[in-house]
Amino acid sequence: MALLEIKVNGREYQVAVDATTSLLTVLREHLHITGPKVGCETGDCGACSVLVNGKLRRACLTNALTIQGAEVVTVEGVGGSGRLHTLQKAFYENHATQCGFCTPGMIMASKALLDENPNPTEMEIKEALSGNLCRCASYPNIITAVKSAAQKVTDGGGDR
Amino acid sequence: MTYKSVGESKPRYNALAHVTGEARYVDDIFIPGTLTVKVLRSPVHKGIIRKLDISKAEKIPGVYGVIVAADVPCNTYGYLTLDQAVLAEKEIRYMGEPIAAVAADTVEIANEALDLIEFDIEKQTPVFDPLEAMKPDAPKVRPEGNVLMVGGRPYRLVYNGDIEKGFAQADEIVENTFFFPSQEHAPIEPQVSLAVPEKDGRLTIHTVTQGMHFLLKQIQRILGQGEDLSHRWSERMQYSSRGGHLGWSDIKYVGGNVGGAFGGKTELHADAIAALLALKTGRPCKWRWTREEEMLHSARHSPWRITFKDGVTKDGRIVARQVFTLHDAGAYTGFSSYVVDKHAFYVAGPYHLPNVQVKCSVVYTNKAPTGAIRGFGVTPGTYACEIQMNMIAERLGMDPWDLRFVNAMRNGDQLATRTRLESVYLIETMQKLAEVVNHPLNEEYATLTSAPREI
Repeated sequence: MALLEIKVNGREYQVAVDATTSLLTVLREHLHITGPKVGCETGDCGACSVLVNGKLRRACLTNALTIQGAEVVTVEGVGGSGRLHTLQKAFYENHATQCGFCTPGMIMASKALLDENPNPTEMEIKEALSGNLCRCASYPNIITAVKSAAQKVTDGGGDR
Repeated sequence: MTYKSVGESKPRYNALAHVTGEARYVDDIFIPGTLTVKVLRSPVHKGIIRKLDISKAEKIPGVYGVIVAADVPCNTYGYLTLDQAVLAEKEIRYMGEPIAAVAADTVEIANEALDLIEFDIEKQTPVFDPLEAMKPDAPKVRPEGNVLMVGGRPYRLVYNGDIEKGFAQADEIVENTFFFPSQEHAPIEPQVSLAVPEKDGRLTIHTVTQGMHFLLKQIQRILGQGEDLSHRWSERMQYSSRGGHLGWSDIKYVGGNVGGAFGGKTELHADAIAALLALKTGRPCKWRWTREEEMLHSARHSPWRITFKDGVTKDGRIVARQVFTLHDAGAYTGFSSYVVDKHAFYVAGPYHLPNVQVKCSVVYTNKAPTGAIRGFGVTPGTYACEIQMNMIAERLGMDPWDLRFVNAMRNGDQLATRTRLESVYLIETMQKLAEVVNHPLNEEYATLTSAPREI
């Protein structure tokens, strides 16, 4: 057992973990932050996607102790209390969710994209989301949502 | 007439919870003291369990309970046919069939306990190909035979008219066989069940489900020591109206957000074992399937083999249509008997068929059981039927659109099921479709209607 110090969605936590504990287990089972989902635990589906120090990561494949002191953002931390982030609003308005299980990961992957490239082409959006599976096949609406959020950012009315 | 919502785009009712991460799925429910469930599955496709010893597994610190077939109050279940075991008692019929289950403090301890279960399975020769399984000397998947009997026949029969008379009128016979492969539903959320024993003796089960009552009926029977309810709805309703079955009020089933299902969450996957372990240990028990279990062992789309033999005249009329379907059910019946019924009713297509005969057989093989998926057998039927239509058109040198207009159902036509149709708009739908895709129609078909044909 070792002590992991980590900041999640702006709050600081200390969690006792062992050498094999994943970030996903820390988030879900220790902190009960359940936005990141368990879809495959093999890095294939992207449902557990989070930002670690601003970079998109699979929480299921991220060994917790390798990110000691890191700052993690999950879908719960994107908007903030009582308000939706531009991306969340765009997903909501563009019917980009069906079952909703991939949505937290999709939003995080989209956020990572817009953080780096606020005005992506459709191809860049597709590439950025290519690691996130949506079995309901909401892809067209998801892409529309990301485009619409990017447009708002470009127009100066949206969050990055 | 004014509409309140028709024609307007409305947000999805739970989309706000989806985008904020607040949508709670079964796996997002955390109850203190919950044990992790893991299941020992058969490593062989077919065999007989000769030895099963859980004594070492039970003794590991952190293990609260290990169950085998003898711990299941009623070890036969099924949606329509009671042929499946919660935990295999003796016979193994598919690779991955559950044999024993463990509830432990952590997933690591549960897996360690699984490794300590000693078992010996005498391997037998399995059969995987439905055509092989139908042969008289094939290895028996099921004691009663490898083909499901439907009304005394080894197939579901739907017919109308006289098929031989129809073939005699034909100028051409077009015969083709189509295959539709197996398919996993692959929802992003795997199968999960959380069973919680309550202080008042009741049991709460949080589950991923598309059909709560499909499951409630089955789990009640398993937990209710096999108190048998008729499997027909009408009698079941009657039973309820007499005050309800003893076991029903003891089980509180909780559904809710489902992370994709596509038919795969109409089956009793994780609930029975989670429930039995919760009752045995007195602790909440959660069983979440791994992606590997989901892909290999959950219910899936059955493979189909569909043969169309059509007698057609030179002007494109289908005067005889004979369909023979093999539905490879895997090792247990599940929804198969319902799936072949629906397949048999729809497979001949939306066409006027004076002479039609459909035979669909459910064949058992030593593979994971199949189940409901997107259309209950209609999808593979439509796939085969519509490709056959194109192949007929090709043989006759006809425009495939024209062939469909010639044969399209109209009001007054009778289906293979002998239902007479009264409100058909296939011709009008195809005309609209032709307009949308800019396909020119000749005068005759552009002005055709679904009005009853003159005989």
